[in-house]
Amino acid sequence: MGRNKLSRFKHLKRVFGAGGLIIILATVLSACNLPAFGGYKGATAQGHDTHMLYAWLVIAAIVVGGITLSLLLWAIFRYRKKSDTIPKQFQYHIPLEITYTVIPIIIVLIVFFFTVNVENKVDAVSTHPYVKIKVTAFQWGWNFDYPQLHVDVHGVTLQNPEMVLPTGKTARITLVSADVVHGFYVRQFNFSRYAQPGVVNVFDLTVRHSGTYQGQCTQFCGLYHAEMLFRVKSVSPTQFWSWVHQEQAEGHSKVVSQLPSPVVKVRSTNSRTKI
Amino acid sequence: MTLLEEKQLIPTEETKHATTEHHEPSGLIKWLTSTDHKVIGKSYMFTALILMIIGGAMALIMRLQLTSQHSSLLSFQQYNELFTMHGSIMIYLFVGPFAFGGLANYVVPLQIGAPDMAFPRLNALSYWLYLGGSIIMLLGFFTASGAADFGWVAYAPLSSAVNSPGAGPDAWIAALVLTGFSAIFTGVNLVTTIFYLRAPGMTMFRMPIFVWNMLVTAILILMAFPVLTSALIMLYADRHFGMDIFSVKGGGVPVLWQNLFWFWGHPEVYILALPFFGVVTEIIPVFSKKPIFGYKGMVFATLAIAALSTGVWGHHMFTTGVVLLPFFSLLSLLIAVPTGIKFFNWIATMWRGQITFTTPMLMCIGFLITFLIGGLTGMFLASPPVDFQMHDTYFVVAHFHSVIFALVLAAVGALYYWWPKMFGWYLNDKIGKVQFWLLFIGVNATVVPWYILGLHGMPRRVAVYKVGMGWHALNIAATVGADITGLSFLVFLLNIYLSWDKKVPAPSNPWDGTTLEWFTSSPPPTHNFTRIPPIRSERPVWDFNHPDAIAISAHSQKAPLINGAPPGNGRATNGNAREATISGSANSGTTETVESD
Amino acid sequence: MKVEGVVLIGIGLFMAVVSVGYWFWSGEPSGTAMLIGAVLLGLLPGGYYYWWAKRMKPRPEDRPDSTIREGAGVIGSFPHGSIWPLVFGAGAFLFGLALAFGWWFLPPALGLMLVAATGVTTQSRRGGTI
Ligand code: HEM
Ligand SMILES: [Cu+2]
Ligand SMILES: [Cu+2]
Repeated sequence: MGRNKLSRFKHLKRVFGAGGLIIILATVLSACNLPAFGGYKGATAQGHDTHMLYAWLVIAAIVVGGITLSLLLWAIFRYRKKSDTIPKQFQYHIPLEITYTVIPIIIVLIVFFFTVNVENKVDAVSTHPYVKIKVTAFQWGWNFDYPQLHVDVHGVTLQNPEMVLPTGKTARITLVSADVVHGFYVRQFNFSRYAQPGVVNVFDLTVRHSGTYQGQCTQFCGLYHAEMLFRVKSVSPTQFWSWVHQEQAEGHSKVVSQLPSPVVKVRSTNSRTKI
Repeated sequence: MTLLEEKQLIPTEETKHATTEHHEPSGLIKWLTSTDHKVIGKSYMFTALILMIIGGAMALIMRLQLTSQHSSLLSFQQYNELFTMHGSIMIYLFVGPFAFGGLANYVVPLQIGAPDMAFPRLNALSYWLYLGGSIIMLLGFFTASGAADFGWVAYAPLSSAVNSPGAGPDAWIAALVLTGFSAIFTGVNLVTTIFYLRAPGMTMFRMPIFVWNMLVTAILILMAFPVLTSALIMLYADRHFGMDIFSVKGGGVPVLWQNLFWFWGHPEVYILALPFFGVVTEIIPVFSKKPIFGYKGMVFATLAIAALSTGVWGHHMFTTGVVLLPFFSLLSLLIAVPTGIKFFNWIATMWRGQITFTTPMLMCIGFLITFLIGGLTGMFLASPPVDFQMHDTYFVVAHFHSVIFALVLAAVGALYYWWPKMFGWYLNDKIGKVQFWLLFIGVNATVVPWYILGLHGMPRRVAVYKVGMGWHALNIAATVGADITGLSFLVFLLNIYLSWDKKVPAPSNPWDGTTLEWFTSSPPPTHNFTRIPPIRSERPVWDFNHPDAIAISAHSQKAPLINGAPPGNGRATNGNAREATISGSANSGTTETVESD
Repeated sequence: MKVEGVVLIGIGLFMAVVSVGYWFWSGEPSGTAMLIGAVLLGLLPGGYYYWWAKRMKPRPEDRPDSTIREGAGVIGSFPHGSIWPLVFGAGAFLFGLALAFGWWFLPPALGLMLVAATGVTTQSRRGGTI
C-alpha cells in the first residue's frame, strides 16, 4: 500500500521533470518558424523579437498548463467517491513539495533570462537612426514632426493622420504628450508605449515590410479615446524621400503647431533599466 | 488597558457582571444596532451581491454596445461612465468587501472559537462606512456631470479638475475614502481578532488555512490601503485647492499617481484573491475527505505571495518607460512559484481522496481551471516585451477577468458551503449544479474571445471600433458568453428564492466539516459557542468525529508532531472522549464585562 | 505570541531587502518611501509582539497542549448592540456628501460624528472594548 503510493509520487515527479526538460529543449532549439499563435509575427524587427518570445511563452504555457490540467482532471475522475471508507489521511510529503517548488523556480529563471534578452533588444536605441520623428499625442489626435527634415504632419482632432517611415531603416521615435496620458500602439508592431506629460520616451522602430499599419491610442484619455487613430505607412527609402520632398514643397512645415509645448520633467530611464 | 493584559489578569473562575442593558431589540432596530459579526458579515455579503448585480447589469449593457460595429446604443460619454463605474463597483465595492467584510467577518471568529470580532462596534462602523461609500459612488450617476469617467484607475492628469470637472468624480473620490477607511478598520479588527481571541490550544499553526489567508490579507490591507487613501486625498486637494501634486504645469509629477495607485493596486489583487484561495483550501479537503496537503507549505506560500506582491506594482507601468523593468519583471514572475505550490497542494489534496461533487466542490474545480488560465496568461504580462504588446488591449481585460471570475466561482462556492451554517437551511444542490455549468461555461466563453481580440489588437475602454478590423465576430461570441454568465446569476437568485420557500433544515455539520464553525448550531447563537472540542490539529471537529483517522505524513507513515504534540492526543488525556468542554467565555450568552479602573 | 511576532518581523525583513534593492537599482524615491512604510508596518508591531512574547507566559492559545477549560473566565466584553456605529457612519456619509456636493453638509456631519464618538466612549467605558 505504502509502496504503491510512493511509486505513484515517483511517477509524478517524472512527469514534472519531463515537462521541465521539454521547455528547456524547446528554448535551446530556438527555431525561427514558430506559428503565430493568434498574434502578429511583428512588422518591425523589434516586434518580431517580441513575437518570438511570445510564441515560446505560449509553448511553455501549453506544456505547464497541460501537465497541471491533466493532473487535476485525473484526480477529479480517478478519485471520485467510490465507498464510505475514509481515505488515508496523508498530509505532508516533503520531497514532492520541494520538487514542485524548485521546478517552477527554474522555469521562472529561464523565462526571466529570455525576457531580459528580448527587452534589451526592443528597448535598444541606435546611435545613428536614419530618421528622427517627434510624436506628440493630444486629446484626441497625433502630431508627427520630422524636425531635421522640416516636415510636420499636423494632426487635427479626430483625424487619422499618417506617419511615413522608410522600410528597412531605423526610425527614432520621441514620444511626448501635450495633455493627458495616451498610448502609442500599432498592433502589427507588437508594441505600445505611453505618451505622458512630463516624460519623454524614446524608442526605435525598424519596419521590415512595406505596408500600411493601423495604429490607435490604447491608454484611455477621455471622451473620444476610441477614435484616436493613426496610420503608419512604411515605404521604400526612395519613396520615403520623394514623400519628404513633396511635403517640403507643399510647405506643410510652415504650419506652426498650436499645441501647447509639453513640459519635460522626467527623462525615460530606458538606459538604466538594462542589466 | 490592552486586551493582552486583561487576559493575564483573568482568574479561571467566571467573573460575571450582568450588564444593565439587557433588553433585546428586534427587527429593524436590531439590525441597525447589531454588533454581532454574523449579522454584519451577512449584511456585507448581501450588500456586495446587490452591488455585483448592478455592476453586472452595466457590463451586459456594455457588451450589448460592443456587439455591433460602430454601435450608437450608448454615447461615448455613457460608455466611459459605464466601464468606470463597472470596474469601480466590482473591485472596490463587490469582491473586496464580500471577501474581507463578509466572509471573513462571518467565518473567522467561528473558525478560531471566538465569541465575536475583537472590536464589535468598530466592525459595525466598517459596514456603515462601506454602505455609505457605496451609496455615494452610485449617486455619481445623478450629478450634472455624470458619474466618474476616467477608468477605475483615475490616471492623473485625466482625473484633474480641468480634464474631469464636476461632482461625479468628487463623489467617486469621497466614496473611496469612506470604503478605504472601512477596509482599514476591518484589517485592524481581523488582525486583532486572530492574534488575541483564539480558543485555547488553537496555536497559529493550527489555524484553518482560511484564517491564515485572512490574517495575511488583513496585513496587506494595512500596508496598501493607507497609500490609496492618501493618494485620493492628494487628488482631492489637487482638484479643489490647486495643490498641483500631479500636474506638470504646477511643478508636480503625474506618474506619481500611477506609482501610488499601483502600490495599493497590486496588493489589492491579492487582497481580493487570498480570501478565496482560503475558501478553496477549506472546501476541497472537506469534499475529498482528506486533510489539506502541505499545510505548512500553504502558509509559507501565502506569506510569500503577500510579501512579493508588495514589490511588483511597476508591472502595471511597464509601458510608461520610467520603471525598472527587470526588477518588477523578476518579482512578478516569482509570484508564480508560491501560487504553483498552492495549486499543486490543492491537487494533491484530492489525490487518493473520496471526492463528492457537491455544488461548492464543483465551484472550486471551476475556480481551479479558470484560475489556471488567468495565472498562465499573467506570466505573459509579467514579461515586459510581451506586455508592450498586450498592454491596454483586450488581452489584459481577459486576463484579469479570468482571475476575477475564478474568484467569483469560489465566492459562489463559499455561499453554497456556508449557507446552511448562516441560515440553517440548504441551497438546492441540483439548481446549484445548473448554475455552476452556466457560470463556468459563460465565463470562459466570454474570456476566450477577449484573449483573441487582444492578440488582434483591440484596445480596451473603447465604445466603438472600426469596421474592417476583424473584431466583430469575436465580440458577438463574447457577448453570448456574458449573457450566459448573467443567466447563471438569475438561476442563483431563483435558487435562493426556491430554497427559502421550501426550507430543508440543515444540521450543525452538514458536510462533515472539519473546522470549529461546524461544531456549533446552524445558525450559531449570539456569542457563537456553548461548547468547543479539544483543539489538537487544524481539524478539531474532524479529530472529534473521526478519532481513528488522524492526519499522517505521507512519506513517513507516522503521525506528524504538530508543535510537539501528536494530534488527537489531547482528547485521550482529557478523558472526556465525547463531551466537549464548556467554553467559559461564551456559554452564558450575556454580555460580560471586565471591571477596569 | 511569538509566532505572531515572527510572522510580522519576517515580512518586515523581506520588505527591507526589497527596499534596499529597489533603492540602489532604481533610485526612485516614491516607491522606496512606500516600501519603507511596509518595512515599518512589519517591524514595529512584530517587534512589539516579540518583545511581549519574551516577557510573558505563553497564553493558552500559544500552547499546543492546553485544554479548553484553561480559557475559562471572561475574555473580554462583547456588546449585544450599539447605536453609535450607525450614528458615526451617518456622520461619515454626510462628510462624504460634503466632499462631493458642497460644504453645507459639513456641520451636521461633524456634529453626528462628535456625538457618536462621545456616545461610544461612554458606552465602552461601561462595557469593554470598542
Ligand atoms: C457578467 C460579468 C462581466 C462582464 C460581462 C464584464 C464585462 C466587462 C466589460 C465589457 C468591460 C469593459 C471593457 C472595456 O471597455 O475596456 C469590463 C471592464 C472591467 N471589469 Fe468586467 N465584466 C464582468 C464581471 C466583472 C467582475 C466580476 C469584475 C471584478 C470583480 C470585473 C471587473 C472589471 C474591471 C476592473 C474592468 C476595467 C474597468 C476599466 O477599464 O476601468 N468585471 N468588464
Ligand atoms: Cu486614448
Ligand atoms: Cu499587478
